[in-house]
Amino acid sequence: MPDPITNPATAEAIFGKQAVEAALADHAAVKGLAHLTTDAKWDRGELTLTIAPESIVAAARAAQASGYNFFEDCTAVDWYPSEPRFQLSYSLLSHSLKQRIRLVARLDSESPIIDSITSVWPSANFYEREVFDLFGIRFAGHPRLTRIMMPDNWNGHPLRKDYPVEGYR
Amino acid sequence: MPVLEHQPFTEDKNKPTDSTGATLAGFRNAEDLLVPDVKDVVESSTGHHKPHGSDPVSDQTMVLNMGPQHPSTHGVLRLVIEVDGETIVSMAPDIGYLHTGIEKTCEAKFFNQVTPLTDRIDYLCPMTNNTAYALAVEKLLQLEVPERAQWLRVLFNELTRIQSHLVWLGTHAMDIGALTVFLYCFRERENLLRIFEAVSGQRMMTSYVRIGGVSLEPPLDLFKTIKEFLDDFPSKIAEYEGLLQNNPIWRNRLMGVGILSAADAIALGVTGPPLRASGVDFDVRRDMPYSSYEKFQFNVPVSSVGDVWARYEVRMQEMRESVKICQQALAGLPEGRIVAHAPKILVPDREQMKTQMEALIHHFKIVTEGFQVPAGEVTSSVEAPHGMMNYYVVSDGTSKPVRVHMRNADFANLQALETMCKGKLIADVVAIIGSIDIVLGAIDR
Repeated sequence: MPDPITNPATAEAIFGKQAVEAALADHAAVKGLAHLTTDAKWDRGELTLTIAPESIVAAARAAQASGYNFFEDCTAVDWYPSEPRFQLSYSLLSHSLKQRIRLVARLDSESPIIDSITSVWPSANFYEREVFDLFGIRFAGHPRLTRIMMPDNWNGHPLRKDYPVEGYR
Repeated sequence: MPVLEHQPFTEDKNKPTDSTGATLAGFRNAEDLLVPDVKDVVESSTGHHKPHGSDPVSDQTMVLNMGPQHPSTHGVLRLVIEVDGETIVSMAPDIGYLHTGIEKTCEAKFFNQVTPLTDRIDYLCPMTNNTAYALAVEKLLQLEVPERAQWLRVLFNELTRIQSHLVWLGTHAMDIGALTVFLYCFRERENLLRIFEAVSGQRMMTSYVRIGGVSLEPPLDLFKTIKEFLDDFPSKIAEYEGLLQNNPIWRNRLMGVGILSAADAIALGVTGPPLRASGVDFDVRRDMPYSSYEKFQFNVPVSSVGDVWARYEVRMQEMRESVKICQQALAGLPEGRIVAHAPKILVPDREQMKTQMEALIHHFKIVTEGFQVPAGEVTSSVEAPHGMMNYYVVSDGTSKPVRVHMRNADFANLQALETMCKGKLIADVVAIIGSIDIVLGAIDR
């Protein structure tokens, strides 16, 4: 019986844009977003495509055109103190292909700003407000980027790693 | 920004009369679907004030504050509504009153300590939350769950769905004014909560589904109790329908109200029964099966009308389908272990811990240090009673998650509220909130 802790690497994991494109040549998202992808990962049966932050709207439109018609959610991961600090993860679903992909954009802590994709999917509205509220990442072109969970006069962004879990700041 | 032109109220002549959905609104542009903020609503209401001199009542719009302590908002939802007479011009949901920072708390806990927190997110379907979280961590660990545990998960997920739909039906009917249904629904819900208590020791915050399997073997007589409940329950659904289906008040309050087209539903991120009531045939259980759902036969009820009545009918049919799934799970429940074989991840049996040195060491290590989860990021997706529930878990190889993010259907479904309510009456808002079946714990987290 293999020990799951000492054998973490999955046999079928593929890393790197070239390797993923070679292995998943028929995948709708790999084909449709090839010109925008900077890195790719196929791990545990999930496809992750890394996109340059400035091309996120183009990537969203390309994904939509490739059949990923449904925006599930968008959230961030704070990799403090390493840079680029923020990882934005967009989860997209295709109702017809019955597939899910993840688009990832990395932002550094100097200017955590990215274009809003509310023009492609209006459902991104609340999710981008949530990321703004809890991570302090700004979305250019969002119709009204205000706090959604915390009070308007709150200081700080709670889901950042340098924000304490307990006690007072 | 909300549209500034508003229509005076007219009798809704576009009631959907057939199942083709021909009378549904077409796809609007993205800007029209964006939910305004509270400030937008207040600003637009001042913009709507007409010059003095004309009738002061009909020429002005009013901002109405609904909630957060309004019983029909199903929790602490605050709606800021701009009304022209009784017609909704624009509306902004104000949320966050129940924000407890569960996602932040998860980052400070070991992976196995997160399970009880997930109960408290969508507190009407704790088993579904547990399952979604367990599936995500199992994917990170590449852990194979025994079949018996998978079938038990299916069984209790479906019982949870019935339980959640019963709360929805009871409160929805109570909002409309049919108080009796509430009492009937909670009578059956009580039976289900007793089943949950028998299996997990808790009525609501069950934490029954754990990483690697389920926490306890069900008591011997429990399957008989569940079977009796399931045999009886279809007659209870008929009882609810007897109270509601031909009730003229119920029909008139629900039919043709809160119409959401399929294109709008997808653009607004709607999932679950409201999406299927709008004519999109997608169910995670059938289309992207998890936890052995591919071994069960069931139908996915779909309606193309997209109004509140369609959502009511879809959910009523879903309860019947859930009964079928539960009966299949009981009939074909495999024998075997209820947890995976992973001694360094799962807390050992009490008996082993008392008699075996190695088990004692594992127990000590798991309780004091947790277990390490290989680095990676995964998304698990389950069909919760309210819609698609995703857990996004990121690990950096330590025993605490870097990030746990929950995508609850309620949060996205709430965005569709304004589109459904615009141009309708305030009383319809109550019916529409009931029909999207939100839980504020899942929205605010």
